Amino acid sequence: MNLWLKRIRPDSNALSQNLIILIMTLVLTVTILLPLGELAIKAVSNPDGQFIGLANFAKYFSTPALVTSLWNSIKVSSITTVIAVTLGFGFAFALERSAIRGKSFFRAVGLLPLFAPSMLHGLALIYLFGNQGLISTGFFGRFPEVRIDLYGPIGIIMSEVLYTFPQAFLMLSVALMSSDYRLYEAAETLGASKWRKFWTVTIPGTKFAILSSIFVCFVMSFTDFGAPKVVGGQYNVLATDLFKQVIGQQNMQMGAAVGVLLLIPAVLSFVIDRIAQRKQNGFLSAKSSPYRIEANKLRDGMLFLLCLVLSVAILCIILVAIYGSLVKVWPYNLEISLSNYDFSNFASQGSNPFVNSLVISLCTAVIGTIVTFLFAYLIEKSRGYRILRASAYLLSMLPLALPGLVLGLVYVFFFNNPNQPLNGLYGTIWIVIICNIVHFYSVSFLTMTSSLKKLDSEFEAASESMNVPWYRTLLRVTVPMSFPAILEIALYFFINSMVTVSAIIFLYTPDLKPASVAIVNMEDSGDIAPAAAMSVLIILTNLIVRVVVMGVTKPLRRRTEALLVRKQL
Amino acid sequence: MNQGYLSVRNLSKRFGKQAALQEIELDINKHEFICLLGPSGCGKTTLLRIIAGLEKADQGQLTIAGRDITREPAGKRNFGMMFQSYALFPNLTVAENIAYGLSNRLSKSQIADRVDELLGLVELDEQRNKVPSQLSGGQQQRVALARALALSPDCLLLDEPLSALDAKVRIKLRREILRLHEKFGMTTIMVTHDQEEALTMADRIVVMNQARIIQIGTPKEVYEKPNCPFVADFIGAISFIETEKQESALLAIRPEHVQLVRGDQDKSNRAIVRDYEYHGAYYRVLVQLLDSQDHPMQQFVTIDLPSQTMANFNVKKNQKLMFNLPPEHVIRFDSTASIAVG
Ligand SMILES: Nc1ncnc2c1ncn2[C@@H]1O[C@H](COP(=O)(O)OP(=O)(O)OP(=O)(O)O)[C@@H](O)[C@H]1O
Ligand SMILES: [Mg+2]
Repeated sequence: MNLWLKRIRPDSNALSQNLIILIMTLVLTVTILLPLGELAIKAVSNPDGQFIGLANFAKYFSTPALVTSLWNSIKVSSITTVIAVTLGFGFAFALERSAIRGKSFFRAVGLLPLFAPSMLHGLALIYLFGNQGLISTGFFGRFPEVRIDLYGPIGIIMSEVLYTFPQAFLMLSVALMSSDYRLYEAAETLGASKWRKFWTVTIPGTKFAILSSIFVCFVMSFTDFGAPKVVGGQYNVLATDLFKQVIGQQNMQMGAAVGVLLLIPAVLSFVIDRIAQRKQNGFLSAKSSPYRIEANKLRDGMLFLLCLVLSVAILCIILVAIYGSLVKVWPYNLEISLSNYDFSNFASQGSNPFVNSLVISLCTAVIGTIVTFLFAYLIEKSRGYRILRASAYLLSMLPLALPGLVLGLVYVFFFNNPNQPLNGLYGTIWIVIICNIVHFYSVSFLTMTSSLKKLDSEFEAASESMNVPWYRTLLRVTVPMSFPAILEIALYFFINSMVTVSAIIFLYTPDLKPASVAIVNMEDSGDIAPAAAMSVLIILTNLIVRVVVMGVTKPLRRRTEALLVRKQL
Repeated sequence: MNQGYLSVRNLSKRFGKQAALQEIELDINKHEFICLLGPSGCGKTTLLRIIAGLEKADQGQLTIAGRDITREPAGKRNFGMMFQSYALFPNLTVAENIAYGLSNRLSKSQIADRVDELLGLVELDEQRNKVPSQLSGGQQQRVALARALALSPDCLLLDEPLSALDAKVRIKLRREILRLHEKFGMTTIMVTHDQEEALTMADRIVVMNQARIIQIGTPKEVYEKPNCPFVADFIGAISFIETEKQESALLAIRPEHVQLVRGDQDKSNRAIVRDYEYHGAYYRVLVQLLDSQDHPMQQFVTIDLPSQTMANFNVKKNQKLMFNLPPEHVIRFDSTASIAVG
């Protein structure tokens, strides 16, 4: 980079930086803003591209089958949200506000579903409650049969709860972690009972987090594609409709209308979350004192039980998926073998989906991390083009409001258009990588920005006054000091690219099919066991990558964090 | 006024609606030590950053030795800047921090020599391989100073270099900064909001308030002949007295200049002691003035009394006493402009 920048204009700090700011704004516009515009246009036009107002929506709402799926989606997502947020709150409360044992074990298990593709939960549920499931058949006749109507709302809800629970748990535990103990002491001196303290201090203190976790869980299940695909049966929801409209019937206009409907709760959630962030920050002051846990046997006993039940459930799901993937022919031949892991029989179109996913995820992680770091750096630390940087910041937040399914859809609209100069990207592996980067960009961007904010804002001014070019300080100081955050976002990009299916299901190329898409295809054609095997491979890879990377870099991360310690004083 | 070595002409800067600097005129001589003094938010840092080239002025001109540098980028000005937060690079050692700006200009061995020299100057030889988080506040400050000096700057710009340090270290480093200033023969501009620091260190003090320069003068001038009540009040302690005799004139006197007297002299002021504080070397006494009928007026004067005088006059609370205001020490302001300190 050094040489290249020097050639543009020797030692002109501002110019080279401003040029990159311009490029950045352009990239964000092309990958985020314009595709979204395309969605808006498609939703209000007919196949010939003429403006027809809200006719697509009118048609949608006059098609009984489609309206039914809208209601189904709302019903299923609401129930999921109530269950997931309640359980997430209990779990988070147990870990942050009680003295139970085994907290780190529970935390690890609670976050485990984040490492698995959402189809894994559905597949495991089939092994448990499906027609030939372990529990439905009473462990193959050894116990009484327990049959539930898995295929339909029940299965979807169970699977969505598993999918959304870790998110709710994470958000709520952050809120419960950062509370002001002085409020509890004040309530105590006023003679408030334990329940009164819970309702008057704990709940108001976390209400914004609760509100925003409600929205996040709702949106996640409202827009999830994996679970209804696997255990939905004949029960149609909005997400599967969208897939059928676009891929099945090539009805782009109706697809766009459904996409807009999917976008509504997501945008609402985005707005609520932004407000909540601001309010939550105001709630804490520098003088806040950390929470002190009082002894309470009954509370701890009950919370321990809750954590135990939830952890056992999560572990069961994953273990059952592993068991199912190892059994030769369920339920007739229960011999253990690795035959299901030989994917050459199933996803036969050339390349191995697992390898494809590895390549895609690695590229996403590397390119995504570099881009995210650079953008966050320019927006946070440079001084040129104030207005451009402010708009780039807004654009960087936008993907937070974009469910994967909608993102995939708008990418099809935008790039699958022969008149598009970037049309060449469509049908290559690059569109999948770009889509993944955009999909997971906002969260990484926020992580990176808050890490950069911890560095002294005068570093850039100091190097400028010493006539040292900005990119040298970037490489010598800012990058090494941001190493822990860089690693974190790289892992985030990698893990999420391994598990995601919603966006790329519209975009993948048949000869470079990613593993998560292969799971959906195999399940579709009844190959449950190989689908489970692929899911297990993904979760194992993610766990191994995370453990190894974090283990190897531990000394380096420790050292970097130690360098920053004094600055807080 | 003839133009100084470094000269600021008609400089203004706003941040949105807020004026950070208005019509700043300033001339600084070569080798001078200037302190920018003023209350928080008055624009000191902004002025310093504009001089350094890290901030662009909205209007105005900046020249050094007659050369216009208004548009010159910071790196070309050859000014050394030391930041309030020090802005030391946390992952680089002391030696690497000091060498940071040198690497493009000198050869490896020249850099090593220069770093050795600077480390010696700020007495940090032992610490050369430590990183900033392993240093005390005072040591970090000296590294920052050495880094700012590394390029042998024409001008050294310091933004509240001592404010983060405790009192003892501060006094030691004041001397150190002065020593380096003399040794390098630089022109130094230092921002501070500590008036004592400004009085002891500066050749001339530039007092600022609300985005404007209020007074420029030697420490003695601004202390003894403040040009407005604000400066008088901001630097040192002072009492304001409104007189009935001369209308619309405001008199002021420093507490150490008030003279206690005995006996009933006609010209003396009469007052009653309301409170006093022990300050070690002296007592600071707050008295309320009495009118000719011995009724207390809404006028207060502070008086500094050495412990000895305190005992001689047997000063106690609610005791009456008399004092004179030596005319040569009375400061007179013609208009009763605002005496509030921003
Ligand atoms: N980047 C900025 N954006 C907006 N306003 C600013 C900016 N920098 C400074 N200001 C405003 O300009 C005014 C002058 O600020 P400046 O930092 O120069 O004050 P100061 O005299 O250095 O104060 P202090 O003694 O507290 O450091 C302040 O009111 C401040 O809020
Ligand atoms: Mg300042």
